[in-house]
Amino acid sequence: MVMDIWRNVRLAVVTFVLFAVIYSLAVLGIGQLVFPWQANGSLEVRQGKVVGSMLIGQKVTSLDLFHGRPSATANPATGKPEPYAANNSGGSNLGPTNKALVQEVKANIAAIRPMIGSARPPANLVESSGSGLDPEITLQDAMLQVPAIARRTGIATSTLRQLVLRDAEGPTIGLYGPWRVNVLRLNLALQSLINQR
Amino acid sequence: MTFTGLLGDALFLVVLTAVAVPLGRYMYRVMEGERTFLDRIFDPVERAIFRISGIDAQKGMDWRKYVIAFLLSNLVMAVLVYLILVFQTSLPLNPAKLGPITPTTIFNTVASFIANCNWQVYAGETTLSNFSQWALQYLQFTSPASGMIVAVAFARGFVANRPDLGNFYRDFVRSLTRIFLPIAFVAAVVLVALGVPDTLGGPVVAHTLSGLTQVISRGPVAAFEAIKQLGTNGGGFFNANSAHPFENPGPWTNLIEEFLMALLPTSLVFTFGHYIKNIKQAWVLYGVTMFLLVGLLVLVYSAEASGNPLLRHVLGVAGPNWEGKETRFGIAGSSLFTSLTTAYTTGAVNNMHDSLTPLGGLVPLFQMMLNSVFGGKGAGLLNMLMFVIISVFVTGLMVGRTPELFGKKIEAKEVIAASVAFLIHPLIILWPTAIALSTAAGKAGILNPGFHGLSEVVYAYASSAANNGSAFAGLAASSPFYAISTGIVILLGRYLSMILMLYIAGSLLKKKTVPVSPGTLRTDTWTFGTVFLGVELIMGALTFFPVVALGPIAEQLAMLAGKVF
Repeated sequence: MVMDIWRNVRLAVVTFVLFAVIYSLAVLGIGQLVFPWQANGSLEVRQGKVVGSMLIGQKVTSLDLFHGRPSATANPATGKPEPYAANNSGGSNLGPTNKALVQEVKANIAAIRPMIGSARPPANLVESSGSGLDPEITLQDAMLQVPAIARRTGIATSTLRQLVLRDAEGPTIGLYGPWRVNVLRLNLALQSLINQR
Repeated sequence: MTFTGLLGDALFLVVLTAVAVPLGRYMYRVMEGERTFLDRIFDPVERAIFRISGIDAQKGMDWRKYVIAFLLSNLVMAVLVYLILVFQTSLPLNPAKLGPITPTTIFNTVASFIANCNWQVYAGETTLSNFSQWALQYLQFTSPASGMIVAVAFARGFVANRPDLGNFYRDFVRSLTRIFLPIAFVAAVVLVALGVPDTLGGPVVAHTLSGLTQVISRGPVAAFEAIKQLGTNGGGFFNANSAHPFENPGPWTNLIEEFLMALLPTSLVFTFGHYIKNIKQAWVLYGVTMFLLVGLLVLVYSAEASGNPLLRHVLGVAGPNWEGKETRFGIAGSSLFTSLTTAYTTGAVNNMHDSLTPLGGLVPLFQMMLNSVFGGKGAGLLNMLMFVIISVFVTGLMVGRTPELFGKKIEAKEVIAASVAFLIHPLIILWPTAIALSTAAGKAGILNPGFHGLSEVVYAYASSAANNGSAFAGLAASSPFYAISTGIVILLGRYLSMILMLYIAGSLLKKKTVPVSPGTLRTDTWTFGTVFLGVELIMGALTFFPVVALGPIAEQLAMLAGKVF
């Protein structure tokens, strides 16, 4: 029995080296050599500074820019609400009949009102995402924000619409996922338009 | 629900089946030691593993020896990872400088990962160093391999004139090197290409367009993600699991992750067909189970697509239930993931199950209660076969003769063991739920009030018992009460029924094979398939109906009546 345990310890160690270390290093090596941009988090660098990851949504405060979805994340140190905390992902976990859900969505509607005017609030734009880091909104919800942004920035609605359509992504092989836009990519393009003026 | 959405989900299932059939045959060849194309690479690796460990992998084992090897190897691996988690702060690869892990969290995590459950009472990015993640990744390889080969050993119990159930260590190493490692490796590289990070660099600080700072956690995610899905493990690198854009950046990665988790359990049904030399039987088991899966998938998809009527009526919100879901997967891609992850008891989530509509949330809960809609590695097939034994017994009672299954007589001994294995599952879900609901510590952990709170608790124990690992995550799972109780349920759910099933296999192995006669009840027919479905549904549904009625069904009615809590 003691010998059996000892053999199992050796088996555990050798398989640990294989599946925890060698496998990990092989994937790490290929990733870093062949796909360095993706492997390091799809980071967007402007003027030597990281402005964000193209895969991770960020909190938008300016009314000149497109707004993303509500995020229910919290600061990991304080536990206080901090939308788009990319070091503490997660959803609201509020159930469908929870009063708190109704209140939260109500607050989200109030927050997005300046961007969508009197339109009926679309679910995707007022209900929080699962990760709290959703980088995208649906194409319709981006279009919905165009008039408000045009008014604020003075950029023609047609220009803004073109901007949105240029960045829009359709369903994969026509079947998987809705028409949508990456908010950060869209805002980077919009920001440079604003800066040119 | 849209036609495109349904078509996408259907296409996925067709492709899955098309790959699972030949892969099931390949797995049979691997487990029976036949030559395969990967031998040239892995024969030397395998020899090295056995030389270093000093294990004799040739000797056949009876059921007792197989059980002992299964338990002992799992125990040793668990202790190894336990020590790594305890000494996290002294070990390397901790760029985020994360502190020590609480003892109850370590207990729960090790129990959860050795048992292929991957219930998580911690958030990865705020708790675990990269080295600790690697240690869990190690268990994500070894625990599904252990489960799968127990099912293979069970299948060998039906093979005529076999002296033993095989050698645990040989099965263990072969399944790891020939099945899990190559698929996971290829998948991991593809995931990196599609945007899943794999770096040992620490968190990055971004200066956002709005002038805020954002700390972005990263890590060796792709390697972890591949085996997390392939091994039906499901424990996420990050708290948000496959809803996190770094774990699952888009529709393609979503499809790959869904495919990986469904692949091996589906294939294993066909592997079993090869063992009993009856592929038609495999198709019957597959067909009945796929029927259940599709029915439940359509239910969750339609419930989510129709949205939350409370938000519609009170606040005028238009559209489906997006709470807890990610834009890039859409409602169809989220529903398919929810359905697959609980059918195949993976437990990864690409949307937050706690925020599903009541009927939508019923689907994952019910699949974990049945625990046999394909199920996890090995455990799922074992549960399906347990229901087959009970079905054969029931039909045997109808015609008044001792039933046979795949040529072996099913007698009192086997039926009793299968019945006990069946009863363990509801007991370890319902009793702890009752205890949690009658104690202050249990009730304190509930986030959502009303009927949904009951669903949260029963979901936690169903997920633990089924070794699923998904959660109605509002529950304060890290409180000592839940961390300890779910940890215990996870271990009981994993090991008790597997030991019983190996006991049945040992008993069957000794029996002579009875030739097929006109009096044989054929189990490879759709008639028997229907009986099998009936037994699964009646036993599964009746056992859990009261608690389901008080949880999701009551909540659905309340929601339709416009009631909030």
